[in-house]
Amino acid sequence: MTRPWLVVLLAGAVTMAMKAAGPLLFRARELPSTASRIVTLLVPAVFAALIATQTFAHGREVRLDARALGLAVGAAAASLRAPPIAVLALAVCATAGLRALFPGGGS
Amino acid sequence: MRGVREGARAVLPVAFAIGVAGVSFGALAASAGFSPAAAVFMSATTFAGSAQFAAVSVLGAGGSVAAAVGAAALLGARYAAMGVAVAPALRGPAWRRFLLAQLAVDESWAVAYLGEGRFSEQRLIGAALVLLAVHVATTALGAALFVPAAGSLESFGLDAAFPALFLVLLWPHLRWRSGLAAALLGGAVALLLVPVAPPGIPVLAAACAALLGLRSP
Repeated sequence: MTRPWLVVLLAGAVTMAMKAAGPLLFRARELPSTASRIVTLLVPAVFAALIATQTFAHGREVRLDARALGLAVGAAAASLRAPPIAVLALAVCATAGLRALFPGGGS
Repeated sequence: MRGVREGARAVLPVAFAIGVAGVSFGALAASAGFSPAAAVFMSATTFAGSAQFAAVSVLGAGGSVAAAVGAAALLGARYAAMGVAVAPALRGPAWRRFLLAQLAVDESWAVAYLGEGRFSEQRLIGAALVLLAVHVATTALGAALFVPAAGSLESFGLDAAFPALFLVLLWPHLRWRSGLAAALLGGAVALLLVPVAPPGIPVLAAACAALLGLRSP
């Protein structure tokens, strides 16, 4: 089996089991508040890590390149309450534009 | 039946955003070496955008299968919390509750919420079926549109689209001080580990930032 399919099947099984755990096991019980606070914070922690690695990592190297400008422009758009599609489009255009202006540098 | 229709109608305004995310996921999966069939199958079974994005990104960045599944599990953990909340509203035998539990994702969960801790099973079903249809169809579209020519993703700046998409998903969580702190710590931990740890591990390790939740609010 290829690695992508292995990930599809395993991640699917894990997610389906987690979604079903409440309705099958914990009927009419509540999660302790500390546990639910930790679960809530998993989302910003992991998303921020994905943003950081996808923007600054190049293999095992940390690099500041055109992707960082894209992220900065996207963040500025998001803070001005731009719709998601505009945030994406502006980030993409900023990165592609900088690469077009300085070919070879900041790939 | 009325509740099902109400739920479907209530979720329509966010269906467009879900569609954009679906197309992005399809393209990201294709660029990470997933076949269109694998991407579509994942959207239909995992049916959890954030967990799918995390797993595919980690594998695409050269991470191991275990790290990719681990990343999906971390982001799937909140569905366990949502499942506990929605559990009393789901009726019938275990197999039926298992299937209905799969439908509780962020937007359908919000639409099904009636207030005071109560949820509507019918609204959940209506909203989730719309979301599932849009999610699967747009994943197929994104996977089909992606052209796997080396370098094309970068020359069009499309590699900047995925961090921007995660930024859109992250943004609402930054309104709370605890969410902002977890994001800053998580990002910093991941970057510090990039030079020393194999791909995928920095993202998993960053999840420790969620332990900030141990402090009382």
